[in-house]
Amino acid sequence: MSTAAISLPRFRRRVLPGFGLSLGFTLAYLGLIVLIPLSAAFLKTAGLSWADFWAAVTSPRVVASYKVSFGISLLAAMVNAVFGGILAWVLVRYTFPCRKVVDALVDLPFALPTAVAGIALTAIYAPNGWVGQWLDPLWAGGVNRLAGWIPWIDWQNWLGSKVAFDRPGIFLALTFVGLPFVVRTLQPVLEELEPELEEASATLGANRWQTMTRVIFPELLPALITGFALSFARALGEYGSVVFIAGNMPQHSEITPLLIITKLEQYDYRGATAIAVVMLVASFVLLLLINLLQKWSRRYYRV
Amino acid sequence: MALTATSTLASKPAPRGTGPRVIRNPVWVRVVFMTIALLFVACFLVLPLAAVFTEALRKGISPFFHSFTDPDMLSALRLTLLTASIAVPANLVFGVAAAWCIAKFEFRGKSLLITLIDLPFAVSPVISGLIYVLVFGAQGWYGQYLNAEAPWLPGLQAWLIEQDFKVIFAVPGIVLATIFVTFPFVARELIPLMQAQGNDEEYAALTLGASGWQTFWRVTVPNIKWGLFYGVILCNARAMGEFGAVSVVSGHIRGETNTMPLHVEILYNEYNFVAAFAVSSLLALLALLTLLLKSLVEWRAHKGTA
Repeated sequence: MSTAAISLPRFRRRVLPGFGLSLGFTLAYLGLIVLIPLSAAFLKTAGLSWADFWAAVTSPRVVASYKVSFGISLLAAMVNAVFGGILAWVLVRYTFPCRKVVDALVDLPFALPTAVAGIALTAIYAPNGWVGQWLDPLWAGGVNRLAGWIPWIDWQNWLGSKVAFDRPGIFLALTFVGLPFVVRTLQPVLEELEPELEEASATLGANRWQTMTRVIFPELLPALITGFALSFARALGEYGSVVFIAGNMPQHSEITPLLIITKLEQYDYRGATAIAVVMLVASFVLLLLINLLQKWSRRYYRV
Repeated sequence: MALTATSTLASKPAPRGTGPRVIRNPVWVRVVFMTIALLFVACFLVLPLAAVFTEALRKGISPFFHSFTDPDMLSALRLTLLTASIAVPANLVFGVAAAWCIAKFEFRGKSLLITLIDLPFAVSPVISGLIYVLVFGAQGWYGQYLNAEAPWLPGLQAWLIEQDFKVIFAVPGIVLATIFVTFPFVARELIPLMQAQGNDEEYAALTLGASGWQTFWRVTVPNIKWGLFYGVILCNARAMGEFGAVSVVSGHIRGETNTMPLHVEILYNEYNFVAAFAVSSLLALLALLTLLLKSLVEWRAHKGTA
């Protein structure tokens, strides 16, 4: 049956009307809204000499912002991979009251405007906030103690001396925005996971730890990496929720998207565009990687 | 959701079997997992939501409601509604057209097209705004056109100058940036759904003598209506809540080019916390409504396929 369907003669494919209209409209709209404006960024940068471009994207303040953006996004994505993984497991495998509510709430970072998330997180983790008022002294004390034990690393600089208005605040905001990705990529895979697999493993004498680490975890790995990459990509570009809680100190807690805005406000369009091109290339590479990952995981799960 | 190829509505849920004892984790593991997961949810999701409403009501009910009588707030609300009412239908029409040609036909470069449709999700909101500044700003292509000595279509140039038609730091720029950031939502939802449904029902309708538009309205649309609705509510939530991209193109003119999220920022930076959180609470309610509708649609879709 299916082979017959595949080998249908070519003309049969265009029985439905509207191909030209819908494809034409799609391409025109895509071109006008997405491709032409995006190409403007690259064309504007092409007007720069290589030396100017290089100087714009490697000045100390810009490099410091890459380190903050990439470093903290990576950390937030890793934390999301671990905790989002546990959350997905709990949501799929366990029954508990309000499970449906928690499941729906996972999408909150998609639905809540980022500015609202930003000021809400700031209100909670600020020095006088609900959590901040006891977490702040705890954090400062912990960082001081670390500095006492391992004095050759500048812990105050790396970890920040407070939670909100410093690097930990950026981490909190980026974890918030990336939270749904790991959960939502893992959930369908976990739901499809057949209990027979685990039963077979148990029958063959594996204990529960071995089943979890050697049978279930490898099954989940492609989806986990995809979720991690999605969460990282989202965190890298995030602006709204971060600016309120970051403190925004140049060379310390300034993220790259904020630096682009700062340059724009100083009418440094070339500088802003050059940095934007670097970020665009980074996110396109990530997008490509994510697409390859999804192809891999689709093949992986079909077998 | 974003960037992932699978539609939530196209996939079926597996039955939640507890299974035999051998494939269950020990009780202590379950307790630890539950505790970690719920603490994570509490710290990152429940607390921020609770904070918005508590901070809004900190000084009592009347300052809270008083915040909504501010004319700047009302104009921000109007602009947000206007922006969403243009951006969402535009992307809805695009989403249906894109899903129609991608799901119903075979052609070269299809996977490239799907990737390109996803592109706006991979672009930072700030850069989404920036690219429109580059095209329409005073230094950009549009600005160069307005200042050109010998432009194409001199009549158009004269008319644009006469009308003082601005895109950046004006409403059209805000609408364009919003369309860009919400571009893939409806298409991403519809493409996998329509691919899963196949063409058989449309073929049957055509065979029975329906015209193309009749087939579309009477056969395709009823089949995809929930996916359509799902895409629209997500698109709308993002359109009303977008901050970064709109912030770059808006110019922050109070009462003119401020959307609600931008108004929140202004109030917050003026230390007017009650008003900032009052406006935020409205946006948070919108987010909760979105999540509720989304869950209802998912529940309906799953009941339909079960």
